[in-house]
Amino acid sequence: MKAKRKQRLMFVLFLISGIAIAAVLALTAFQDNMLYFYKPSEVLAGEAPRNRAFRIGGIVVKDSVKRQQGDLRVQFTLTDYVKNIPVFYDGILPDLFREEQGIIALGRLNSEGLFIAEEVLAKHDENYMPPEVAEMLNQNKKLTREQSKL
Amino acid sequence: MIPEIGHFALILSLGFAIVQCILPLVGAHKNQAQWMAVGSPASYGQFLFITLAFGILTYSFITSDFSVLYVASNSNTELPLMYRISAVWGAHEGSLLFWAWILSGWTVAVAMFSRSLPRVMRARVIGVMGFISIGFLLFMLLTSNPFERLFQVVANGRDLNPLLQDFGLALHPPLLYMGYVGFSVVFSFAIAALLGGQLDAAWARWSRPWTTIAWAFLTLGIGLGSWWAYYELGWGGWWFWDPVENSSFMPWLVGTALIHSLAVSEKRGAFKAWTVLLAIFTFSLSLLGTFLVRSGILVSVHSFAADPARGTYILGFLAIVIGGSLGLYAWRGPTTRGGGEFKLVSRETLLLVMNILLVNAAFTVLLGTMFPLIMDALGLGKISVGPPYFETVFVPLMLPIVLLLGVLPHVRWKSDDPKVVAQRLWWVLVLSTFFAAALLWIAVGQASVMSLLGVTLGIWVVFTTLKGVWLRLADRQHKWFALTHLPRSFVGMTLAHAGLGVLVIGVVFASSFSVEKDLRMVIGDETRLAGYDFRLLGMSAGKGPNYTTEIGTVEVRQDGKLMTTLYPEKRSYNRSENPMTEAAIEAGLFHDLYIALGESLGEVDGKKSWSMRVHYKPFIRWLWIGVLMMFFGGLIAVTDRRYRLMARHRQEAQSTSAAQEGVA
Repeated sequence: MKAKRKQRLMFVLFLISGIAIAAVLALTAFQDNMLYFYKPSEVLAGEAPRNRAFRIGGIVVKDSVKRQQGDLRVQFTLTDYVKNIPVFYDGILPDLFREEQGIIALGRLNSEGLFIAEEVLAKHDENYMPPEVAEMLNQNKKLTREQSKL
Repeated sequence: MIPEIGHFALILSLGFAIVQCILPLVGAHKNQAQWMAVGSPASYGQFLFITLAFGILTYSFITSDFSVLYVASNSNTELPLMYRISAVWGAHEGSLLFWAWILSGWTVAVAMFSRSLPRVMRARVIGVMGFISIGFLLFMLLTSNPFERLFQVVANGRDLNPLLQDFGLALHPPLLYMGYVGFSVVFSFAIAALLGGQLDAAWARWSRPWTTIAWAFLTLGIGLGSWWAYYELGWGGWWFWDPVENSSFMPWLVGTALIHSLAVSEKRGAFKAWTVLLAIFTFSLSLLGTFLVRSGILVSVHSFAADPARGTYILGFLAIVIGGSLGLYAWRGPTTRGGGEFKLVSRETLLLVMNILLVNAAFTVLLGTMFPLIMDALGLGKISVGPPYFETVFVPLMLPIVLLLGVLPHVRWKSDDPKVVAQRLWWVLVLSTFFAAALLWIAVGQASVMSLLGVTLGIWVVFTTLKGVWLRLADRQHKWFALTHLPRSFVGMTLAHAGLGVLVIGVVFASSFSVEKDLRMVIGDETRLAGYDFRLLGMSAGKGPNYTTEIGTVEVRQDGKLMTTLYPEKRSYNRSENPMTEAAIEAGLFHDLYIALGESLGEVDGKKSWSMRVHYKPFIRWLWIGVLMMFFGGLIAVTDRRYRLMARHRQEAQSTSAAQEGVA
């Protein structure tokens, strides 16, 4: 009987430690890989982190896409209609990337404070508008409306 | 007029669903035989009218009736017939109708194949399925009517999303739904068992084949989705940990735990309460998955704000189903006694550990998928969780699961000696490691600790599974006869387990040794990747039924010898003006060559140039071969003689005695 209890205790301990390890693993990984979303004006105001990746969203400014001759480097400007920020990228842009459309870029700031994108995402959505960008623009619209009332 | 008939049929089917839910459940409670008997005919009526509604919606698509809003938003006269039909389930409203239709089909199947079930049990199962159906039909009629008319009729529709105009994706949702909805059967059995307070081995045996079929379809559906993403999205990836994918993967993980737990409940009478809980979780996650993907919540939590009725309804329905069943479980579950005893080292214990790991894995995926939504809904900021999170958390949980999968079939039920188990298996592990090293060396000429570990585990699963087959034959005289006369459930299990091994090998190779290159090419340019030379010969223009296209011609040579010519495309769809990449793939058993045409980059020195992405993907086909093996494994297991015999025995038992007992 005693041996059986000991066995059960062992089993329960094994389970609990297993779950604890899994939980710790999950939470650290979660912490490390959480990506925050920032608007161009927030990034320019210095609110974005310096040493970790984040996401930035906005509308691609018309005629701002400039390509490097000979390779795949490309530069474009994102706007939230408050501030504009240049984005640098080396790679193939997604099918739905176009000027005057909402996109999201994932990347980090380099030592000169320039945003280097590792990935550029354009939503496969009939409205061509990532939800984060849509909401951000709505907020800005409301702000300008309120300001014009004042 | 015709769409109104569809709408009316939908309302009638709701009426049938209400009858199918209430009368049998109340009848079972009051032991009223006539009330209980109403269940099956009501389910036939419901099926008839949903089929009519579904047929009418399909007809509206085929005839391009753009006075129906749903048709106008998702179809177009230029759309080929096949995609006009698949467009029926291409968006929110139609996919709900499709879901309800499959559910009523499954209900009819349960009603027809469960005649031998005790009357009360059968009535309860059909009643619970009727309840789920009411939830879906009401949701459709109140918030998402597929037959809604458009009062200013448009000349032409908006066209189906170009991404969905593909054979793979036409089939993907039906398969997933077969899986999701299939789990409603085991859920209903579990609820019926809880209602009756009868958690014996019998309910596990009844619901097992249904669950296995559902699992097989879900497996195939997820596999097909991943295959589609691979060839259609143009990025060469096969799994993105995208919330949409995750929401089909969570029920799969818990469902996998469920089919194994059901096996223990049936064979050993143990884990019954745990199995019921898993059945509830699996179906709840299936519901969550359906609603997450199709209601637009994932595109934005704020679509709740756009149509608050939908969001409120979904939350309410989920709360009733999940809360209600868990409440019932809390109330009735603990009273049911656990069965078969087992020791610490036994197949039961290891299965339990594996189960817990699987549920854990599902939970970590749930955390990564739901947390950003919850944060956003509460206004705590917008975050997203990238693939690195899932990889760091998921891989360490999967490694022990795969290791256990190899050990499990070689451990005895009830109790075993760890030393003896080790003696049985140590040489298989050594052999697997050796073969893994050899395979890595021959196939890619390099290895890392993780890739060696991964491939070893994949081979280990295959070898231990084969050893299981050998053990069955070892003491038989006529080996060939014994091999061809193995029980189907064993053959199915073997195939599915070996399939997982094959899949693991594919995943490790494809994720560790794929090479890719993005580059800019003008006509005549050549590039080298993984020993292959790719040369862009030219570009030409083409035209499809509802798109125009640019086609590149790329020659692939190895050591100067022409291997193949590939034709990657960039399409532009007339109606939506959406560009779409159609990758060109040279598929092989040991590697794929993959070219995706990027955008046109304008002219350099008078020569036009394009961006291109070239991939070399070793063993990627093994992934889907593994999925197919798992799917067929599931199907074969269901055709086991035992289930057919079981039905006959039960009928005989019932005809000879009125006593209703679970069949031993």
